[in-house]
Amino acid sequence: MNGSLDVIKKKKIQMTLVLLILLLCTMGTSMLTDFSFADGFASVPGTIVWMTTNLIPGAEAFENLSKILSKLWETIVLSIISTTTAGVIALFFALLGSKTTKVNQPFALLARLVASVFRNIPAVAWALVLVISFGHNVVTGYFALFFTTFGFLVRAFIETIDEASVESVEALNATGATYFQMVFRGVIPESLPQMVSWLFFMIDTNIRNATLVGLLTGTGIGYLFDMYYKRLDYGTVGLITICIIAIVIAIEFISNKVRRLIL
Amino acid sequence: MQATTMQQVKVRNGKIQIKAFHRSSFVLQLILGFLAVFTLVAPFFLTYTVIDIQTAIFYTLDNLKMMFLQPALHQVTVGAALYQIVITLALAFLATLIGAVISFFLAILSAKNLMPSLLSNVIITFNSFIRAVPTVLWVLIFAIVAGLGSVAAILGMTLHTIAYLTKAYSESFEEIDDGMIEALRATGAKWWHIIVHVVLPQTSSYMVSWTFLRFETNYGVAIAMGAAAAAGGIGFELFMASGFYYDLHEVGMITYFALAIALILEFFSIQIKNRLMGSK
Repeated sequence: MNGSLDVIKKKKIQMTLVLLILLLCTMGTSMLTDFSFADGFASVPGTIVWMTTNLIPGAEAFENLSKILSKLWETIVLSIISTTTAGVIALFFALLGSKTTKVNQPFALLARLVASVFRNIPAVAWALVLVISFGHNVVTGYFALFFTTFGFLVRAFIETIDEASVESVEALNATGATYFQMVFRGVIPESLPQMVSWLFFMIDTNIRNATLVGLLTGTGIGYLFDMYYKRLDYGTVGLITICIIAIVIAIEFISNKVRRLIL
Repeated sequence: MQATTMQQVKVRNGKIQIKAFHRSSFVLQLILGFLAVFTLVAPFFLTYTVIDIQTAIFYTLDNLKMMFLQPALHQVTVGAALYQIVITLALAFLATLIGAVISFFLAILSAKNLMPSLLSNVIITFNSFIRAVPTVLWVLIFAIVAGLGSVAAILGMTLHTIAYLTKAYSESFEEIDDGMIEALRATGAKWWHIIVHVVLPQTSSYMVSWTFLRFETNYGVAIAMGAAAAAGGIGFELFMASGFYYDLHEVGMITYFALAIALILEFFSIQIKNRLMGSK
């Protein structure tokens, strides 16, 4: 009886300590970053009011529609081709890095390390470096998206291969299949639907990232947003935002449909 | 018996077909085909400003060499760089914490086993609207009212955190054994008793793990916001080093700092995930 009471007491003390630490961290971090909760909460209603009054595109905004749509198309193409090309290369690295299909241990570690480095170098750093040599060009955006997508997809693909294919690999190995038969007849067909699902997830993510990269490198829809934002032409800014929302929701819808069909 | 099995064997060109027609694999092939064709064809429909590919690649390789092989700090000191990283971490921490608290309540309201499904659908729609607008646009929109800086950045990052964590939390709430909730209801427990005594203890480890994962993501987002929306921190230094000083040695060093922290966060996140979720 006494023991169980102690357990409850200990848990309460633990909870209080955790909350106290979180509170101290919150105070410390808000001091460091000059963040005040009062300002934060105060600006939310203001922003909502501002959005409903200013972001509604007027007639002048629609004059820019063709320009917006062409940049939007550029952004969509960039996100899709950077995902597909990164996916192909990520597949090779994932096959090297996965526990079931690795060739040998050093290669597996190397593949995982390369992927981890590419995943964790922020897209911003790639964008800022590439823009120096490639200029305000579509290619800059493509490579910046490509590198981060590659890093993410290797990790996702490795997990997919590890989860999907243990049994079929065992079965194929038992029949004396060669490595390539095992990979192309067993592993890839089994994990392909899940991989395609990851590709769609990444296309969806990349459209949003493309906006950020575009803002930094002066390409695509991000550049257009930045330009009209700095000109204080908020009607057009609103129209661009609406276009992005429409595209992201459409792609999410398609990828949900596809996922239901193939998985 | 013999006849029926024979009928199912399909023969084409004198060979027995060993693959059956599956709708899902047909759709899969169609999608892969479409993606392949799109990747090959679509680049021709883009407009390129004229660049000399050869020199551009040469310069890029040279730049990457300067960046990764000869990193050095010139404008900022090591201490200042570390301080800026702490600020970036602080931005990520605040956005994650505020987001997590709000998400917890939204997740309770949107979990289908705790609340009516109408409310949950409203919240899910609201969240997909939030998610459709890129973080940087949210930050810039908030910046018009709040001014460029940490307040706008944290608010913008918080919104995406809410959309992400609400989904993660409510999914883990929905996995709770219904029997436990019913048992407590039968004893006449109040609604918040159920939350405190069943929902919280059952899902806390999942919630911690998801929250830390989001913190790791927010760290990357905070770097980006520093560069794109002047939120301060290491991202802003990165932007200054490349955009203002054209100092690639410094860009390289800052990238290494940011990378080191990201790898440490990833390591902790995997440890937490394995320890909390593996034990179940």
